[in-house]
Amino acid sequence: MGDVFVLAEHLRGELREVTFEMLNKGLKMTEDVGGELYAILLGHQVSHLAEQLKGWAHKVLLVDDPQLENFNSEPYQVVLSHLIKHRRPSLILIGHTSFGMDLAPNLAVELGFPLITDCIELRWEPAGLQATRQIYGGKINAQVSARESDGYLATVRVGSFSAEQGVRLTGEIETIASPLAEEIKYKRFIQYIEAAIAEVDITQAEIIVAVGRGIGEQENIAMVQELADALGGVVACSRPIVDKKWLPKERQVGTSGKTVKPKIYIALGISGAFQHVAGIKGAGTIIAINKDPKAPIFSVADYGIVDDLFKVIPVLKEKVEALKS
Amino acid sequence: MDIIVCVKRVPETAEVDLAIERDEKDIVKKDLVFDINEWDNYAMEEAVRIKENIGGTVTAVTLGEEDSRETLRRCLAMGADRAMILADPALQGSDAYATALALHQAIKKERYDLILTGVQASDDGYAQVGGILAEMLGIPHVTMVTKVDIQGKLAKVRRELEGGLEEELEVELPALFTIQTGINEPRYVSIMGIRKARGKEIRELMVKDLELTEDEVGQKGSQIHLEKVFLPPVEKEAEIIQGDPSQISERLLEIIKEKGGVI
Ligand SMILES: Cc1cc2nc3c(=O)[nH]c(=O)nc-3n(C[C@H](O)[C@H](O)[C@H](O)COP(=O)(O)OP(=O)(O)OC[C@H]3O[C@@H](n4cnc5c(N)ncnc54)[C@H](O)[C@@H]3O)c2cc1C
Repeated sequence: MGDVFVLAEHLRGELREVTFEMLNKGLKMTEDVGGELYAILLGHQVSHLAEQLKGWAHKVLLVDDPQLENFNSEPYQVVLSHLIKHRRPSLILIGHTSFGMDLAPNLAVELGFPLITDCIELRWEPAGLQATRQIYGGKINAQVSARESDGYLATVRVGSFSAEQGVRLTGEIETIASPLAEEIKYKRFIQYIEAAIAEVDITQAEIIVAVGRGIGEQENIAMVQELADALGGVVACSRPIVDKKWLPKERQVGTSGKTVKPKIYIALGISGAFQHVAGIKGAGTIIAINKDPKAPIFSVADYGIVDDLFKVIPVLKEKVEALKS
Repeated sequence: MDIIVCVKRVPETAEVDLAIERDEKDIVKKDLVFDINEWDNYAMEEAVRIKENIGGTVTAVTLGEEDSRETLRRCLAMGADRAMILADPALQGSDAYATALALHQAIKKERYDLILTGVQASDDGYAQVGGILAEMLGIPHVTMVTKVDIQGKLAKVRRELEGGLEEELEVELPALFTIQTGINEPRYVSIMGIRKARGKEIRELMVKDLELTEDEVGQKGSQIHLEKVFLPPVEKEAEIIQGDPSQISERLLEIIKEKGGVI
């Protein structure tokens, strides 16, 4: 009882940061109820990753199979449910990432476990698992609890817990024979498709003026481009702007776009959803203009202006241009 | 190709200063504008495009209150042939699991080659219904799909990973895909079009039609219970710059210079 499984997430030979965040959180959760922390590593020829995980868990369970080489929810689900049915952990943590979102709901149904997704905090209550998560694009928090069960699944939002190592553990690696008997073939991986090569590399920019849905119309981007030019910066954007094809994908900031690290990031009409904000963690100074005083962007910004961007930007642009000439 | 699309009616909240109800169980919704969930709109468009390309039918299905008929009429106006509503009061308060169970009961008797849902709903953002539904139906699924190419009994799809990376997969049909925004450009739907759709029948299914008991759905059938909602604690407070646009701009210029901008 009380054991926690953390599914190690890796892509192209490297462990992803969320793995360490979950291991840290998982360790705390085992300490609360007296269980052991297991890092679960599925892959092919990944013993170097198992070595890396040793210091982070009481035990590393390693399953090696060519079918596990690239993440695919089908073989992953077969192997994980096999491990979980045998070892009966109380909690399984999976990243709320593209991988985790593809896997967790199906696995929960197969196991008959309650699943809480996109958690930013987790705790044990006498009646079971309780979590905090965000709703309405991060504007509201919700406290939720799962029904009583022997086991729980939770997916964890990236960046919710520290990835810095506290105590170094000395976990041993246990290699488990792959339970995959035959080839699972309903969903076949063909290839990775890389992002197109960028004409403008926003990841190297020192000043970024980013627009979100609040920009309203495609024509309005010209005004922002002029401001960016005057400041010697580049224009970037949130996802809806790319979805509408107003700017190319290479300009998108966030989890499914680029991670940027400018000295100054000016967010115009961007609400501050976590998928966007994850891309600007490395920015020096963040300035946000948004007419909604409760927009989540204000809790990551250093400076905020609660106003209509169309009132502020033309004046700001004029002043910058006047200074330059 | 027979396609079923699961859609949800949600409040538009991005630009609204939200308030919380006294009982702390929900936000105050009475003055909010509702529309189809953004992700579902892309899923609907994708279904209609596939139908236009290779023929077939599109059925839109929703679980929600009576008002959700409006969302279904919007889907019919977009090009859906049929619509089903699960609006039994006993279904209200269902979590993702109970919702998927009800949808499963409604869908399993239908003919389908493809089921589409949005990646997630913009209100509670669980991103679970698609996966649960596929598991219950026993069909393969792919989440966060950004491209669909039907090739007979197979579909070649692109799925979004992170940082701009995507993967290409081949999947046997029938299958379920959760659709990511940006996969297409959803068509404009006029008020006139929605009005015209009033004439089309919307099939209503009650809990007993779904062969479920009231204990299996709604809050009772849910795995997750909402205890309370609250405003996120302010971890870091931005320094708010006040004044008229000119004063604000002056202050911004100072900050930009101080923080390393060269003007
Ligand atoms: C798997 C997945 C991956 C994703 N990846 C990304 C990603 O990489 N990057 C990303 O950005 N998003 C991503 N998203 C989408 C994300 O969840 C949000 O939907 C998106 O970031 C919202 O963009 P926005 O802030 O521009 O729009 P909205 O949330 O609609 O916000 C618009 C804001 O503009 C303000 N506004 C409107 N008019 C004005 C005005 N005149 N003046 C001032 N302010 C105004 C409003 O108050 C509001 O806050 C992803 C989602 C999923 C599910």
